[in-house]
Amino acid sequence: MNSSDLDPFRAAESNERCRRLRKRILDISQQVKALHIAGAFSCMEVVETIYFHLMDRGTNRDTEDTFLMSKGHGCMAQYVALEELGVLSEKDISEYCTSHGILGVHPDYGNPGIEASTGSLGHGLTLAVGMAYADKLSGKRGTVYAVLSDGEMQEGSTWEGMMIAPTLGVSNLVAFLDLNDFQSLGRTSEVLPNFYPINAKVESFGWEVAEVSGHDTGALFNAVRSRKTDKPMMVLAKTTKGKGVSYMENVPIWHYRAPNADEYKTALRELGFAQ
Amino acid sequence: MRNQFAESLYKVACADEKIAVIVADISPAGSMGKFREEFPERFINVGVAEQSMIGLCAGMALRGFKSYAYTIAPFTIYRPFEFVRDDVCYQNLPVTLVGMGSGIVYSTLGATHHTLEDVAVMSAIPNMHVLAPCDPLELAEATTFSANFGKPLYLRIGKSGEPNLTEDAIDPFEFGKVRYVERGEDVCLIGYGPALSIAKEVAGRLREDGKSVSLVSAHTLKPLDREGIISILQAHKEVFVVEEHTAIGGLGTKIKEIAWDSQAVCRLETFALKDEFIHCYGTHADMQKAHGLSPEQIYAVVSGG
Repeated sequence: MNSSDLDPFRAAESNERCRRLRKRILDISQQVKALHIAGAFSCMEVVETIYFHLMDRGTNRDTEDTFLMSKGHGCMAQYVALEELGVLSEKDISEYCTSHGILGVHPDYGNPGIEASTGSLGHGLTLAVGMAYADKLSGKRGTVYAVLSDGEMQEGSTWEGMMIAPTLGVSNLVAFLDLNDFQSLGRTSEVLPNFYPINAKVESFGWEVAEVSGHDTGALFNAVRSRKTDKPMMVLAKTTKGKGVSYMENVPIWHYRAPNADEYKTALRELGFAQ
Repeated sequence: MRNQFAESLYKVACADEKIAVIVADISPAGSMGKFREEFPERFINVGVAEQSMIGLCAGMALRGFKSYAYTIAPFTIYRPFEFVRDDVCYQNLPVTLVGMGSGIVYSTLGATHHTLEDVAVMSAIPNMHVLAPCDPLELAEATTFSANFGKPLYLRIGKSGEPNLTEDAIDPFEFGKVRYVERGEDVCLIGYGPALSIAKEVAGRLREDGKSVSLVSAHTLKPLDREGIISILQAHKEVFVVEEHTAIGGLGTKIKEIAWDSQAVCRLETFALKDEFIHCYGTHADMQKAHGLSPEQIYAVVSGG
């Protein structure tokens, strides 16, 4: 199996991009308060790895691969990645959540780069299974990448999707589980302790499972590129909610709060941007 | 009707490789044996998992497939309701939700297996369309129509043994249009689904009384043919609506709205299921009678007897 870690140069480029994308989200938060910063920060490296390293864009930037943000509330990470790719424009982003714009707090199917409407948890996995299965029937080569949250693993529908995916043989499906151990009311490990261990549960449903640091783009990339089976794959990405800004990390209120002017400055400083 | 649906869908699927059926482990799906045998890759049984049935339909539709979700009506639309709303309707996808055994046809199975309010619930969702053919012939045309419709559709059908009512219909089947099955001048009985046979029986009795009677299949409940309904209200002295559905948000309600808006002057009476969960058991006809929907009960009211 090909096990090519991101080389040192691309890893540095990747880290720099994630830093830049986090800043972009913080900038937006000074214009519009309605966004989920901490959940976007926890999956930033996962999103970056999929869009910039795993998805095959060919020479004309077209791709048969698909990105589906099942944890729809994390879509700010997706929006800024799509902006960097040129799929969304600076204008689209600047009009986020305004009456004349097209982008809202959750992904809306039909917008550039948005392959499905999500926002209600537990929908993305079965949608992704349907897409992946349809692609197989149609002889398309692409892979469907879905990003799930640990909170939405509590939805029964996610487990329905986990049951049917290996039955349909969707080897072209890779799900990333953003395991930040937080949901609205506290730590997932405290709300539902028996949710863990998650690894054995997913594996027992017929999936190939890899468990890596969700903030290490090289490790995330390598986990997918070194797949050993043709089962659907789930990458358990261990993350920190609010990653990159100390006062946001593992503090539930940042699920939906936007920083004030002082907090914004502190955040930029911590991310290494000169004031 | 389920056999007719299976037969019609099989025909459509032979000509269109983008037709896929996803069932949630229901035994009547067995009547789709031919489909399953010839197109095994396009026939998926997700097991007892209705949310993933709808999610899969939507996911495949996002990729250009025309998918059909198929199980007993309450499990097609109530169990996975939010998936119907968000995955299918919000994204405006070509998914047909087949509600088999709708209304109270599963008379002895209890309220868990009935749909008393499905027309109201489905009609309330933006982008959803509602089609309830009255007999196997109309269902065959509805199924062919559904394959190229390209939008969310709730196809409300019966179970088995329904008689054909439209063999000699005046009008052809046309989606979005009321359909005269029989044409008269005094009285009009209008309904949808297999319960139209009740209206037909009442129509026969009124004819014996010397009345000139119309019988109309309002198979398309959303969008309802507003102009067609206004024309019916203007053309008849008496209009009676019969439906196996509660009065809340059913055809009767919709026609009364139109009657008010169009300042109709005809007599208008509606016959529907009571707004109650059913706790009695018996034949389908027993259940209809318990709700005042037998031909005798309706005839007594309309004839003033």
